[in-house]
Amino acid sequence: MSLRRFVDKIKPPFEKGGKLHMFLAGFEAIETFLFVPDKVTTGRVHIRDANDMKRSLILVMIAMVPALLFGIWNTGFHHFQALGEAAGFWQMVWFGFLKILPIFIVSYVVGLGIEIAFAQWRNEEVAEGYFVSGMLIPLVMPADVPLWMVAVATVFAVVIGKEVFGGTGMNILNPALVARAFLFFAYPSQMSGDKVWIAGLTDGTGVIDGYSGATILGQAAQNTSSFVNGLGEAYTTWDMFLGTIPGSIGETSTLAILIGAAILILTGVGSWKIIFSVFAGGAVMGVLLNLFAVNAFMALPFWEHLLLGGFAFGAVYMATDPVTAAQTERGKWIYGFLIGFLAILIRVLNPAYPEGVMLAILLMNVFAPLIDHYIIEANIKKRLKRAKVIAT
Amino acid sequence: MAEVIKIKKGLDIRMNGQAELIYVKAPRARTYAIKPGDWHGLTPKIIPKLCDEVKVGTPIFYDKYHPEIKFTSPVSGILSSINRGERRRIIEVVLEDDGKDTAETFMQGDPSEMKREQIVENLLNSGLWPLIRRRPYTVIAKTDEVPKSIFISAFDTAPLAPDFDFLLKDSEADFQWGVNALRRLTEGKVHLNLDGRYPSVRTLSDIKGVEVNRFSGPHPAGNVGIQIHKLDPINKGEVIWVVQPQDVIAIGRLFKTGKYDPSVVVALTGARVEKPQYYRTIRGTEVAPILENQLKEGDNRVISGNVLQGKQIDAEKGYVGCFDSQVTVIREGNYHELFGWILPGFKKMSVARSFASRWLTPRRKFDMDTNYHGGKRPFVMTGEYEKVLPMDIYPMQLLKAILVNDIDKMEQLGIYELDEEDLALCEFVCTSKTPVTKILRDGLKALRKEMEE
Repeated sequence: MSLRRFVDKIKPPFEKGGKLHMFLAGFEAIETFLFVPDKVTTGRVHIRDANDMKRSLILVMIAMVPALLFGIWNTGFHHFQALGEAAGFWQMVWFGFLKILPIFIVSYVVGLGIEIAFAQWRNEEVAEGYFVSGMLIPLVMPADVPLWMVAVATVFAVVIGKEVFGGTGMNILNPALVARAFLFFAYPSQMSGDKVWIAGLTDGTGVIDGYSGATILGQAAQNTSSFVNGLGEAYTTWDMFLGTIPGSIGETSTLAILIGAAILILTGVGSWKIIFSVFAGGAVMGVLLNLFAVNAFMALPFWEHLLLGGFAFGAVYMATDPVTAAQTERGKWIYGFLIGFLAILIRVLNPAYPEGVMLAILLMNVFAPLIDHYIIEANIKKRLKRAKVIAT
Repeated sequence: MAEVIKIKKGLDIRMNGQAELIYVKAPRARTYAIKPGDWHGLTPKIIPKLCDEVKVGTPIFYDKYHPEIKFTSPVSGILSSINRGERRRIIEVVLEDDGKDTAETFMQGDPSEMKREQIVENLLNSGLWPLIRRRPYTVIAKTDEVPKSIFISAFDTAPLAPDFDFLLKDSEADFQWGVNALRRLTEGKVHLNLDGRYPSVRTLSDIKGVEVNRFSGPHPAGNVGIQIHKLDPINKGEVIWVVQPQDVIAIGRLFKTGKYDPSVVVALTGARVEKPQYYRTIRGTEVAPILENQLKEGDNRVISGNVLQGKQIDAEKGYVGCFDSQVTVIREGNYHELFGWILPGFKKMSVARSFASRWLTPRRKFDMDTNYHGGKRPFVMTGEYEKVLPMDIYPMQLLKAILVNDIDKMEQLGIYELDEEDLALCEFVCTSKTPVTKILRDGLKALRKEMEE
């Protein structure tokens, strides 16, 4: 095969002692992207499952594609609605594409650059972890986020969120959430409020007078009981489910996210236990709040909570991150449930902050090892007890 | 009849090359070998000099730290060479066969009427003692300890494993003698574990003096470690002995005839074999006579044992391991595959549901090769190991405890219950391509050093 011959031909300088050895990690990343290596087993397990990390993580990316495609269209849709212009489907898609592409490029160039540099420094192969983070970061950004912020957030996420812990597989917090949280706390004016969610609104040129870009959650936090779009038309539950509402690029469409969830669950890459229990936890908290509804936000039907903001997105793509989630099967139930439960709790009862999912997941990331600890402790106790019974 | 214990977790790896139920008498090999590496932590001291004459049952070497534990020759002839590896470690002690089968004689008689010490002595002298191994650690049993029970797993669920009912056919009487001897070695039970998937008319169900248990389910249901876990788990400080069925027969024949009978049956399996079948041969045989005219053209790997726990051997100069009832030949996977990680995978064996074969042809058998299918990565995916290990153990957490050498945690998480073969499937399915079984063995070594020295 000629491509193989080409790769073999240009490889020698990258190997140990070669002139380009400092770029070995990058070269290997490309080589293993093209070819599954010819490496054979050496231990006593002579055969290996055909699955590998690349395949698993690429599937997570594929699962995000529906949310991404919808986000591209939705960005264009809201932009033209705010301008009061009639635009065709492809015009909206093209606008959204041009708006989102640079965010992706910045995320991947910056993130992968750091990853490859660290891999080279540690003398390891580049792990595929950033494939997923690099896609998650743009999807949780508002469409109008300045590119330099994306770059800064990515650096922060990869270096502080991941590499200081030892890289892929060692991190405590989900890197994409670290990026989002970093921006939220460092640059709140660009990451919250009524304007950032719709492309062009912060700039303001050509926007219809009085057009509001407030998200539904933003409106709910004001304790209004009916939600309207920028033109003053009422939102239906169906709008919330389809996702034709303002919000972060990939977060709005529960339908697209559910398609992604189906891909994750069918391929076995994402934990259905976590996804299911996050929704269950959110529903339970929603029902509890409904029971004690003293204001309009608490009275918001629990199923609408599950459709709004980043709830579904967080449940499907972020809570399921195997590195930062609970690692025991029993722990996954508890972990997911608490995320859903806390997300709605924070969302409703903390007036300063209507989007609780991000904080709930980060908080449970921190507690996941504790959950696992207790599950494993129970296993240890069982073993000790058994020993005693036999000893007496 | 005892209930069937159903094992739910695990994985049957479906491969081409199952041995046909035909016995062939293997052509007599020129040389036979004992490989000290078949026993963990053994330091051999050679007794005869090169070219010394030996008989069947003549001691060849002994354990440096337990001189009473001897290893004896399976054939008569001369000690022809000692093959060494790195740091002069002895790899093989090779014996050249003279074809006369002259044999040493040992004590003969019904073991049910013997004292425990007499049985132990007879096994030590004949060189059959090393066939009894102890858990934890899977090392040679100590002569001065009494195990809480003895386990015999009379079936194997590993890929392409030989059919033990076929293997043991017509040896029931010898097996009974062997069991009689083993019964005197423990105050507890002797567990004989049979395949619960078959009706009870099979060979070994009439053996007396044992607790017959039946297991059904995917691999590793046939692993003795899983069976111990279900019936009589090992706690700290406890010892269980395990013996393989063919070795029980050898023990039985020793007492019946007063001679060491080294004959065994070995299944030749694998997709790279022309005609997979069973061979009657002698323990430690050269593999070449068995492989003659049997290998397909190409780059093959010959494995003494199964694909999950066997050892790679040389097709021309290799010897079958002492505990192996199987030789497997598969293709070397030293090829590059363009975009292999994303292709649908119609012909790939995987437990991951991301391969088309998993959906379209779930019963398909595969020609597995030795390709690594990726590179080593940090632990990322979770819950994979738990699906293939039918034990109440957290393998990933245990591996991490071993990697940081936390002895207490290893004990608490149940390392005493495990052997490499029990975690071999975990290594097979691992997305991160972690060398699971090597890590476990390192942990067992560290623990044994800490506890017993």
